[in-house]
Amino acid sequence: MSQLLTREEICVPENEVYHRTCLLTDAALTYCPGCGHGTAHRLIMEVIEEMGLQADTIGVAPVGCSVLAYDFMDIDMQQAAHGRAPAVATGIKRLYPDKFVFTYQGDGDLAAIGTGETLHACNRGENITIFFVNNGIYGMTGGQMAPTTLPGMKTATSPFGRDTESMGYPLKITELIAMLPGTYYVTRQSVHTPQNVRKAKKAIEKAIQYQKLNRGLNFVEIVSNCNSGWKMTPLESNKWMEENMFPYYPLGDIKVPKQN
Amino acid sequence: MAKVKGEIVVNTERCKGCELCVPVCKEKTIAMSGLLNSKGYHYATSANEDCNGCTNCAIVCPDGAITVYRVKLEAA
Repeated sequence: MSQLLTREEICVPENEVYHRTCLLTDAALTYCPGCGHGTAHRLIMEVIEEMGLQADTIGVAPVGCSVLAYDFMDIDMQQAAHGRAPAVATGIKRLYPDKFVFTYQGDGDLAAIGTGETLHACNRGENITIFFVNNGIYGMTGGQMAPTTLPGMKTATSPFGRDTESMGYPLKITELIAMLPGTYYVTRQSVHTPQNVRKAKKAIEKAIQYQKLNRGLNFVEIVSNCNSGWKMTPLESNKWMEENMFPYYPLGDIKVPKQN
Repeated sequence: MAKVKGEIVVNTERCKGCELCVPVCKEKTIAMSGLLNSKGYHYATSANEDCNGCTNCAIVCPDGAITVYRVKLEAA
């Protein structure tokens, strides 16, 4: 083979090493440039494609930035009322115990209005998988303070920074649900660098495989950026996330199954 | 000479110009184009021939705009 290959000679299907998964539709993602939602969508769909679960998966879309997830994921989807995705997923899983059922939720959906549904679904040990994208802010509605907003963080409704005396402390819901006996696998990942994306993909694979064991709820938190809400460029917001979000929301497995 | 040769193809209409792919490219292959796509974003483009097909850019791309190709080169 010649050392001087042209671009046309290299770009042929047999040399392809990475392409966008076919389980994402051709619709343009409605997320802001650099938002972690797109990567999170892609990882979940890649894993479902690799496991051949397209026909056996039912997803539940939340309310929030990812409200249109059913437009992007080429699988069976159901839209839930704000915060009620774990309750809807509970019903779906109980009716179709052989299907893989997951919810995809943001922090305003899962940790604010849906706290009750989330905690009780986890406490009941429902055999579903929850993907939780935490960016510490209400992104879709214009960057208001969320329960997960960091102390001192400026948002549209806390312009002088979150004051913990009057506004309380950020809710570490992932640590909270890890204490419940109904959860089986609880982990926190991020998707801002290639290494973290690879780790997050492995965690998503585990969360999907463990659902087949029928041992409880699997929970994957993805700490993400919200560059529009944080008023930064995508690269600045990723740096800010590393410096400020990760000390409060440390990455890694929080609860792993004992026998592994 | 590198033993592998890679090449990227950017879906310029899907790219939103977030630039996340630029710092993760160890070969500094990716740069932002001076041209705009139909949505008005400066899209990512391949700026040199050093790509080794590591797929780092493609897996951090939130919009899945990058397809990566790689060939093994035989020793000259």
